[in-house]
Amino acid sequence: MIEVKDLTKRYPGRTAVNGLTFSVGRGEVVGFLGPNGAGKSTTMRILSSFMPATSGTARVAGFDVFHQADEVRRRIGYMPENNPLHLDMRVREYLKFRARLKGLGWRRSRERVDTVLRQCGLIDVERRIIGQLSKGYRQRVGLADALVHEPDLVILDEPTIGLDPNQIRAVRALIKEVGRSHTVLLSTHILSEVEMTCNRVLILNRGTIIAADTTENLERHLSLDGQVVAEIAAPLAQVREAFRDLPGVARIDVSEAEGAYVRLALTPKEGEDLRPLVFEQVRQNGWMLRELTRSRHSLEDIFVHLTRGRKEELL
Amino acid sequence: MAVFLALVRRELGVAFNSLTGYVVVAVVLLLSGCSLVDIVTKLNGGREAGPVVGLFYRSLYFWLILLPLPAVITMRSFAAERSSGTYESLMTTPVGDWQVVLSKYAGAMLFYALAWLPLLAVLAVLRQVTHQEAFLELRATVGAYLGIGLIGSTFIAMGCFASSLTRSQLVACMLSFLMTIGLWVIGLGPAISEGADATASRLLTHVSVLRHMDDFAAGILDSRHIVFHVTGTLLFLFFTVRVVEGRRWK
Repeated sequence: MIEVKDLTKRYPGRTAVNGLTFSVGRGEVVGFLGPNGAGKSTTMRILSSFMPATSGTARVAGFDVFHQADEVRRRIGYMPENNPLHLDMRVREYLKFRARLKGLGWRRSRERVDTVLRQCGLIDVERRIIGQLSKGYRQRVGLADALVHEPDLVILDEPTIGLDPNQIRAVRALIKEVGRSHTVLLSTHILSEVEMTCNRVLILNRGTIIAADTTENLERHLSLDGQVVAEIAAPLAQVREAFRDLPGVARIDVSEAEGAYVRLALTPKEGEDLRPLVFEQVRQNGWMLRELTRSRHSLEDIFVHLTRGRKEELL
Repeated sequence: MAVFLALVRRELGVAFNSLTGYVVVAVVLLLSGCSLVDIVTKLNGGREAGPVVGLFYRSLYFWLILLPLPAVITMRSFAAERSSGTYESLMTTPVGDWQVVLSKYAGAMLFYALAWLPLLAVLAVLRQVTHQEAFLELRATVGAYLGIGLIGSTFIAMGCFASSLTRSQLVACMLSFLMTIGLWVIGLGPAISEGADATASRLLTHVSVLRHMDDFAAGILDSRHIVFHVTGTLLFLFFTVRVVEGRRWK
């Protein structure tokens, strides 16, 4: 659906996007993740034919975003950053206006507006003036606008920014639903959003992609050193003895914890999950166990690791 | 065409969905009323020579409407969309640059025409009161409206151009007003520089909107004036399209 090759965008004195290459297949929900100023919005603006790239190519549904801009625009539903809407219009009136702009006929636009109003839960507010709606509802109007002409690709630039937790949940649920029938590219700097809504993530920093994989793969990849921590009620020496010669354990660390407990930290050799092993030892020795955890890198750790690592490299 | 009509409707909607449109119409109405009082006072004084209908177009109030009105109407056309961000959502739909510019121009022209309707009432009242056929005489009225329309058309195209250059409505308004006043002041040239260089004076006469209005109000449809304003309109609309395209591909 999206093919981007060596995409570069330079502003005077600043390179916003630097040699970006990636592709997004039909039906995927891809998250564009990066700190503020990483080049997410610029890339999205280029993909939606709002601005041209300095060099490189980008194709959406097989059409070049620069040379076949109209074809591209017909096929994308784009919700810009901060979701700009005509605040003086009523919800239905606005969506109908947008549908007409996107080339839908009178009858078709009416049908589609009805559909997206229902899909985005806007039926109750269809006659309200957009300026009087809550931010959560406005965001839904923006989404409905992006969907009204049945685009092949939906591009959402920071769709949940500025919303309260309840509104965020509602909008995310909506995006998830949209993702079932559309290809979605969404940008965010909120990591949990990507974890929750996307099946693939592109991490962007300073205009380049520093990681691209499925969310599970990324987590697995960085969880290789997944340390297991256990708190066991047993003499320290016995615990050390019991775990010392176990296969798959690279490092063992035992220390006193509060009360009768000792704290055991095991580092695996090859990403092995040592938790069953620990439990088995505890059971065999008849000890008490009050905690057993495996440190799991969240996307947040990965993100911090990657972006900070890059910064240090650059320095 | 359907897209163009949707855009024009939207432009008119902007004016009347908020107070702005009503305030503008109210101010125009007030100024028309003032000019009515002014004319009646002058007629009572009996000092005015020449065609009575000319009184209206020579009055200060007439120009107080005609000069700032296009700037006020067009200031938001591009500037407001750019500052609110809706410009981005507009320009990512499959709508052509010409379509956008022409719809903004057409919307502004329609509103401008609407704002001038009270003038008809003023003329009707004068005709009723003075029993002078000259007020609201068909030829002169059509001529006057054509003049107001053509001059306004140039000014509105200038306003669209000014609005396309900036994000700030205030800057757009001032820039557009500056261009409008500039053209008007140039037109005053022949009156001020009497006896000066004949060629320059003749040239200034051609671009004098005062002179154009005089002719139109007298029912004279001079093709030179028409060509001047039509080309002026097209030129500034062309500039606007260029700016819109330029911003898109920056």
